[in-house]
Amino acid sequence: MTAQEVRLCGLLLQEHFGDVVEKIGTHLLRSGAQNLRTIANETNTPLDLVKKSLCVLVQHGACEFGSGRRGPGSPVEYRADSERVLRILRYPRYIYTAKTLYGDTGELIVEEVLQRGHMTLSNTVKTVADRLTHNMEEGRNMEYSEVSSTFSKLVETHFLQRCPPVAEMGAAPPTTTPATHGAPASVAPPTAESNPDCYKLPPVKLIGCGKRRHSGDDTEDQRGGKKAKMDSESCGDEGIYWQVNFERFHQHFRDQAIISAVSSKLDQTSSEIVRTMLRMSEVTTTPSAAYTQPLSANEIFRSLPPNYSISRPILDQYLTLLVDDPMEFVGKSGDSGGGMYVVNLHRALANLARATLESVVQERFGSRSARIFRLLLRKRHLEQKQVEDFAMIPAKEAKDMLYTLLSENLVQLQEIPKTPDHAPSRTFYLYTVNQLPTARLLLQRCYKTVANLIERRLHETKENKRLLEKSQRIEAILASLQASEAEPEQLTEVEDMITAPERQQLEALRRHINKLDCAENQVDETVFLLESYIFSTRTK
Amino acid sequence: MAGGRGRGIGAFTFNIESLGLSRGNMPETRSGPQKLYPDVEFKPVPLKVGEDEDYMLALKQEMRGTMSRLPHHIKPQAAKGDVDRYKERYQKLALLNDQWTPDWQLFPKELMPQKKKLNVKAGAKQKPIKLSSKEKTDVLSKLDELEKNDDVKSDDEKEEKKTTEEGEEGEVEDEELDEELEEEENDYIASYFEDGDDFGADSDDNMDEATY
Repeated sequence: MTAQEVRLCGLLLQEHFGDVVEKIGTHLLRSGAQNLRTIANETNTPLDLVKKSLCVLVQHGACEFGSGRRGPGSPVEYRADSERVLRILRYPRYIYTAKTLYGDTGELIVEEVLQRGHMTLSNTVKTVADRLTHNMEEGRNMEYSEVSSTFSKLVETHFLQRCPPVAEMGAAPPTTTPATHGAPASVAPPTAESNPDCYKLPPVKLIGCGKRRHSGDDTEDQRGGKKAKMDSESCGDEGIYWQVNFERFHQHFRDQAIISAVSSKLDQTSSEIVRTMLRMSEVTTTPSAAYTQPLSANEIFRSLPPNYSISRPILDQYLTLLVDDPMEFVGKSGDSGGGMYVVNLHRALANLARATLESVVQERFGSRSARIFRLLLRKRHLEQKQVEDFAMIPAKEAKDMLYTLLSENLVQLQEIPKTPDHAPSRTFYLYTVNQLPTARLLLQRCYKTVANLIERRLHETKENKRLLEKSQRIEAILASLQASEAEPEQLTEVEDMITAPERQQLEALRRHINKLDCAENQVDETVFLLESYIFSTRTK
Repeated sequence: MAGGRGRGIGAFTFNIESLGLSRGNMPETRSGPQKLYPDVEFKPVPLKVGEDEDYMLALKQEMRGTMSRLPHHIKPQAAKGDVDRYKERYQKLALLNDQWTPDWQLFPKELMPQKKKLNVKAGAKQKPIKLSSKEKTDVLSKLDELEKNDDVKSDDEKEEKKTTEEGEEGEVEDEELDEELEEEENDYIASYFEDGDDFGADSDDNMDEATY
């Protein structure tokens, strides 16, 4: 939990859950596992607010609880999970992916589950059907069955999973945990995957359609809301909560990154071949595997999409090309069945991370520094003189660039002594680049970047708060006037309440905020790549 | 080790050529910490633009707005203004509708709010009201609270107290402490009015003692 991570987590928690949750969350992140009383005392927050914040954090999976250090009798301890909080940054990407794969229904399902942390099937279906009905034209309603079928598709492809059941805690002895639990008794909280029913849909039949909400029907909705609550109790799937399976989404993003890299390095057909290979190995490969399962060329040929009718020899040529490519996306693991091919997932991630590092150096320090950086990545250790020679850069400039890179910690100096007394005049000094530590460094810089972007956006909003509030009020007035069908003169009169320079200021403000938000989303793409690379090296 | 000081005071201990430096051109030394905002030689790459990015931007901003309205977003009690505002009545109603109850099967028992025994509280309405006011240390707001005791809205307040102010055990001590504090301040105000007739006399007495 680095300082940058904690700062970013704090900003994300504050934006989405409020100041109180932010205070409790950052405190937990900084100090590790603590029990309820300690948290309340150290943060000087009233106990009920602490309880509510912890409920919110646990609901969203950002906090885990377990029995205390001194055994089952001690008070419950809470631990915050910084990785999970950082996922909040990626929510728009998850929702958009669901939209591209499963349409508007899928998008709304994933959005609802993300916003609420975890939900039951029946609740989700009802809420989503209501929202969809609201957006459809008059007279048409969204059937529950349609939403349910999209939900089940999401579960089948593992994008949604059941929440892990809670381990027995407190005085209950471990023997009472049911046999199907499969988790170690009261040592570690069970993960979602350890539950064998993880992807099993509950046998619930939901019949009905979304209710349309009319603007004047507030009291009816309250009653309708109560009725819906009573209905869900009779639906038969209480206690079965669904959460988004982030690992599966990450797998999808990783596959997308590999396919787009292949398509930009080679061509469209090769990327289609790689896409087919990845699609075939979706279910057979674990998320942290280094290679996909070997696929024979025959299978690949049969599974190619029908509109990509290339002949068999051409496919073989493409596969050979992919194997020979220095990026090593595809490897050959055998000759049976026309050649057994695998996609090298970890190596692909490493290459993508390396390309990111090189691009960062290029954009920050220029293309000649990037040349030196790439040289050092390839040749590992080089002396000063060798760097100048290989990079074909004059000595003085090469020196300057190397020292700049050294001061930024992107390049390290390795000493190799010739004599046991490490005399400096008799030591080799070699420049080197280590990919993994440099990737970690860059990841922390990315977190800092996103935190800075968020702070700047908050600052801009605060500076122009008065103007924003005024424009919101005017919009509200306009909306109400339009609803009551006022005359155009009244509308223009209200619109003129904002002067032209104010309008310009508002426009500029909106542009700035959009730019900052967009930048956050795109830095997150780099964060994802670097995180995946670092994680892949960890599990080896 | 007298070698270092004696000959070659300006000599380095290592072979300077191996680092590529020479006596003539040493790199510039830095005289202080790096600038907070260092000069940027190369402008950053422009952001990607496209349909996907625009859609994700819209999603992000929408989500921010929606999540700030959900019951998960815990707002600390904002300081009340000095005037009783009409909209507060409706804001409280909206707050009530949004209360969210988690499924206690998945949470540790200790996070459950302690249900206040309402029979006990029926008689002493002062306590719940004072509990809320402890978060707003403004004296004026306390006067508002005392006014509202007789108001119809007290029902809403009680419900709000039940759902927002729980954890009785932890707050008994705080309650007592606060009552003391409040009584002190109340005493100050009360004594001002109570000693209306004696106020001048008391001060005169003090003045007599002080003059020499």
